[in-house]
Amino acid sequence: MNLLYDEQLDGELPAVDREALIDDLKQALPELEVLHKREDLQPYECDGLSAYRTLPMLVVLPETLEQVQTLMKICNQRKVPVVARGAGTGLSGGALPLEKGVLLVMARFNRILEVNPEGRFARVQPGVRNLAISEAAAPHKLYYAPDPSSQIACSIGGNVAENAGGVHCLKYGLTVHNVMKVEIITVEGERMTLGADSLDAPGFDLLALFMGSEGMLGIVVEVTVKLLPAPQVAKVLMASFDDVGKAGQAVGDIISAGIIPGGLEMMDNLAIRAAEDFIHAGYPVDAEAILLCELDGVEADVHAECDRVKAVLEKSGATEISLAKDDEERKRFWAGRKNAFPAVGRISPDYYCMDGTIPRRELPGVLQGIADLSKEYGLRVANVFHAGDGNMHPLILFDANQEGELERAEALGGKILELCVAVGGSITGEHGVGREKINQMCSQFNDDELETFHAVKAAFDPDRLLNPGKNIPTLHRCAEFGAMHIHNGELPFPELERF
Amino acid sequence: MSATQEKPQRPGERAVTATEQALVEQVRAALASQTPLKIQGGNTKAFMGRPIEGQLLDTREHRGLVSYDPTELVVTVRTGTPLVELLAALDEQGQTLPCEPPVFDGQATVGGMLGSGLAGPRRPWVGSIRDFVLGTKVITGQGRLLRFGGEVMKNVAGYDLSRLMAGSFGLLGVVTEVSMKVLPKPVASAHLDLQIPAEKALQKLAEWGQQPLPITGACYSDNSLKLRLEGGEGSVSSAADRMGGERLDASFWTQLNERQLPFFADERPLWRLSLPTNTPLVDLPGTSLLDWGGCQRWLKSDAPAEEIQKLATSLGGHASCQTPGVTATPLQPLPPLLARYHQQLKAQLDPKGIFNSGRTYPGL
Ligand SMILES: Cc1cc2nc3c(=O)[nH]c(=O)nc-3n(C[C@H](O)[C@H](O)[C@H](O)COP(=O)(O)OP(=O)(O)OC[C@H]3O[C@@H](n4cnc5c(N)ncnc54)[C@H](O)[C@@H]3O)c2cc1C
Repeated sequence: MNLLYDEQLDGELPAVDREALIDDLKQALPELEVLHKREDLQPYECDGLSAYRTLPMLVVLPETLEQVQTLMKICNQRKVPVVARGAGTGLSGGALPLEKGVLLVMARFNRILEVNPEGRFARVQPGVRNLAISEAAAPHKLYYAPDPSSQIACSIGGNVAENAGGVHCLKYGLTVHNVMKVEIITVEGERMTLGADSLDAPGFDLLALFMGSEGMLGIVVEVTVKLLPAPQVAKVLMASFDDVGKAGQAVGDIISAGIIPGGLEMMDNLAIRAAEDFIHAGYPVDAEAILLCELDGVEADVHAECDRVKAVLEKSGATEISLAKDDEERKRFWAGRKNAFPAVGRISPDYYCMDGTIPRRELPGVLQGIADLSKEYGLRVANVFHAGDGNMHPLILFDANQEGELERAEALGGKILELCVAVGGSITGEHGVGREKINQMCSQFNDDELETFHAVKAAFDPDRLLNPGKNIPTLHRCAEFGAMHIHNGELPFPELERF
Repeated sequence: MSATQEKPQRPGERAVTATEQALVEQVRAALASQTPLKIQGGNTKAFMGRPIEGQLLDTREHRGLVSYDPTELVVTVRTGTPLVELLAALDEQGQTLPCEPPVFDGQATVGGMLGSGLAGPRRPWVGSIRDFVLGTKVITGQGRLLRFGGEVMKNVAGYDLSRLMAGSFGLLGVVTEVSMKVLPKPVASAHLDLQIPAEKALQKLAEWGQQPLPITGACYSDNSLKLRLEGGEGSVSSAADRMGGERLDASFWTQLNERQLPFFADERPLWRLSLPTNTPLVDLPGTSLLDWGGCQRWLKSDAPAEEIQKLATSLGGHASCQTPGVTATPLQPLPPLLARYHQQLKAQLDPKGIFNSGRTYPGL
């Protein structure tokens, strides 16, 4: 099934008089930069999921809140869909434009408005890059905890919209745990505050509801994040295993021992070799799997924990355990992991990144399942993941120029997600549903649950103008998807158009 | 309706129990007859929000742990379960719910904890009730039993309805099950009592807050700062040495959390001010006690509601009255636009308005 917006499956979009809209915008917002020529629009036709592209009707690049408000008012009046975009690093097509919609680029809202060390918070505009917050807080020995691997590029607004995670989330939480307040512009162009400067706000927890809502409930225009004191020390242990199952088991063993590491990441042989080749992190290229276990905190505790983790790893059958000898080496160990996606990108013309989550105990079985599927579909899969919280990132290697490979990669990806759901997991841990996993939503949720999601959407955006078609499939789409599943028994469906 | 499960069961989905089915049926009957429901567990949170009339929906028959795997750090529990029962099961495995919900004479239920979002002294350092919520099973305004979120640490599929349920006072549906993240109990702890003036205490807390110290409790009462340190042996003992003061009995935190300190016995209405981190010491119209490192200030006061709520607003926070019958809006009124979105959300999820309507605000 084609993943681009399909009005027959995803709902009719209002017809828009493009020229009249441009005129309106010029009149009301003479200062606003509006892109409408084909060549200017092209750079915005996709996000990090570059296999799917749509040329937006218009791109707008506002710089002030008032511009966003007026824009939303005009679009609401004219019933024009609006897709928000941050840095465009999303991997699920969340910021994929619409032919009949405006793409609202928030990148120019890139100012850090306040860093308050005593209050331990930072107030920033949504286009500020994730890493820039920690950099601004660093002189105060504070930092912003969630650290997606894309942190040098992705925006905090995008992080809020996806509830982004990172390698330190098991201990320090996701975006939802580290944001105190957001200012939003509603679909009607009004400004509203969710959350508070205090630790709670009266009323429903709409802040929590907005986290991960993929730009479908409102436009985020300001974010107040919690800052944490930087840990005194951080140590990284790297353990090698001759078997991925054993490495998976070791993850559970560490947690059973009552230890919550700052980070607990796993990579399999293919990923290790790719990363080593790219970053020269010092990874053991002949290991079947490695675990990176970061322990952070106060010196005395970290020492004690390192010893305990070492003992656990030895018992779990690690063939080699090394402690990063200094901060340089520690950073190198992490650089290998954080660059695993681009590293895999170097060994294959294309790769497709999955984002399923599973209960940790299922890790060995799911890894075996993925290996079996990989054989069945004849495509290599590199496994990189946030093992501590059961968030897997199987990277499916393929070559889009080879007839049928993309379809096979997609079908294999779908199977992996179904496997995750089957063991009690989820189709997405941090990358979001976007357009990419819109069909798989039909396997994770039933019609009534999806209808409830649509009801939530209707409370904030009754005309479906904010990022329509993302995140929650229509029941019609699910019916079609279900029929396809039952009718053909199994994907792939070479006869079906996918792009 | 007799069918226990109308939808085909999905992988990992558990059968509906008889007690759960009874709740579903009561909701369906209430929907059919447009009867407002008053959802209640141990009724230990009656002092929060507004009193309401309605047919009683008692959750307490629906109790027990559904699943608990300590290595997963996840527990799934029925909402009628007494909190003490849940905490005891976690304790057996050396784990706990770090957000420290009060148990109120053992009567508080898991559902009440979730609905009220009431957390204990550890809240500023470890997170709120909602921060530990992973998934829920909910009876909706259509009388359907649905699942949101799950039993995994990370899940961004669909809107986060589970965390939305925390602190919603049952206005958006009847939660029958909740899955929560749990954590190992800290290895070491220390409890200190520092006889210093309040200004000095706040100044110290601001300073310490910027350092990686294992503070998990900070309360100023009776002219002294009470501190709790929890973490590894090394960090706790070095921080305790550094901070000095006298030893404090660990039971102080329970008394604070369960509201058994003499402060709470004062006859005047009890107010809770929720304020930004690092709010200076301000004159409050009555007797006060500072918890959460100063972010939560308890006030015993006869001052008018408007005055206290205005004061809290001027400090960047909000105030709620936790003595019933003092004011018609014990929870601080919402700005009009935000109130409208609350109405719209309630109307979408509970179109017949049968779930605890009026419990938080008149007309909601
Ligand atoms: C190499 C690589 C590694 C990655 N690693 C991780 C990782 O470790 N963890 C992780 O969680 N993610 C990761 N990602 C995914 C991605 O970086 C995150 O999803 C990120 O949060 C997206 O931010 P963005 O600014 O690029 O958002 P975009 O891609 O521009 O948009 C993402 C979504 O947010 C919405 N949106 C953006 N801005 C706003 C706003 N101001 N208001 C309302 N809605 C808005 C968009 O409509 C869209 O739905 C990775 C991506 C890449 C390419």
